[in-house]
Amino acid sequence: MGILDFFKARPKNTANVAKERLRIIVAQERAQRGSPDYLPLLRREILEVIKKYVNVDPDAVLINVERDGDHEVLELSVALPEKGGLAATGEN
Amino acid sequence: MTEIIVVTSGKGGVGKTTTSASLSVGLAKRGKKVAVIDFDVGLRNLDLIMGCERRVVYDFVNVINGECTLKQALIKDKRHDSLFVLAASQTRDKEALTKEGVEGVLNGLRDEGFDYVVCDSPAGIEKGAALAMYFADRAVVVVNPEVSSVRDSDRILGLLASKTRRAELGNGAVEQHLLLTRYNPNRVESGDMMSIKDVQEILGIDVVGVIPESEGVLAASNAGIPVILDETSQAGHAYEDAVARLLGEERPLRFIDATRKGLIARIFGS
Repeated sequence: MGILDFFKARPKNTANVAKERLRIIVAQERAQRGSPDYLPLLRREILEVIKKYVNVDPDAVLINVERDGDHEVLELSVALPEKGGLAATGEN
Repeated sequence: MTEIIVVTSGKGGVGKTTTSASLSVGLAKRGKKVAVIDFDVGLRNLDLIMGCERRVVYDFVNVINGECTLKQALIKDKRHDSLFVLAASQTRDKEALTKEGVEGVLNGLRDEGFDYVVCDSPAGIEKGAALAMYFADRAVVVVNPEVSSVRDSDRILGLLASKTRRAELGNGAVEQHLLLTRYNPNRVESGDMMSIKDVQEILGIDVVGVIPESEGVLAASNAGIPVILDETSQAGHAYEDAVARLLGEERPLRFIDATRKGLIARIFGS
């Protein structure tokens, strides 16, 4: 560190940036842990089917497996677009 | 009773083999009978770090295939009578390790009265890594204070909680310990490196050791003498502490504070 550096503003704290990014991604990956391996593929295929009829955003399909006592519940949620967002449904 | 300890990490190059070597030597120095096994089939390296590379005749896969006895394959350490190395095979056949084969070797070591078996896991989450952790009672997860290493370690923690014999039998969880390597207190203080607390908060497991970044580690590898035997190296002392903690002793963390520079040094450069 030289004389000029001493008067410069301290550089950004990159360790905090790393910690925040990790906190988010690790939480997300932990939530997905234990869910069946086929979920991402299932999600993609469902999205493709829905897209044939409705023009939905790729993020609009949420899929989750919840454990409830002895059985598992597959939870599927699709956010449809506002009115007017309907895609051509096979007529063109 | 034989305790099986896996040294694992997910990411490569974080210090698993260095750690396996030093922990094994540390346990043997305390009079324990220890076997350390290299699970990295195809990429044998523990023998180099332990300094016994020229004495490897038979390896782990030879034992599994019944091509030699366990006793023939165990390489006695030059410095410690109660320490033995089982080298990885250099075969390219990744299927050479089987669950039954590994179990057979571990049972053999149990029958021989070993106190500890240290399993040096390969990087990744493929077969070798999966088998290295499968029979473990405890896991030492080696982490660098760096984003990819921390994330991969969390993945490993997930596997330890689900893909081990203890998890499958509901036999109590594999005890998990965090071992931070390449820790640089000065960079932590200047905000360039995550702190022990940061990593611990993200992973949520207890710290068994913090090994400072040290020139001694490379020198030790070069010489084939595990760094724990280097009395002049902070890394050596830090491994010594980690061994004590593994054995249940309470020891404060050392070498984790930044070296303070005087004002003059800060102004005129160091």
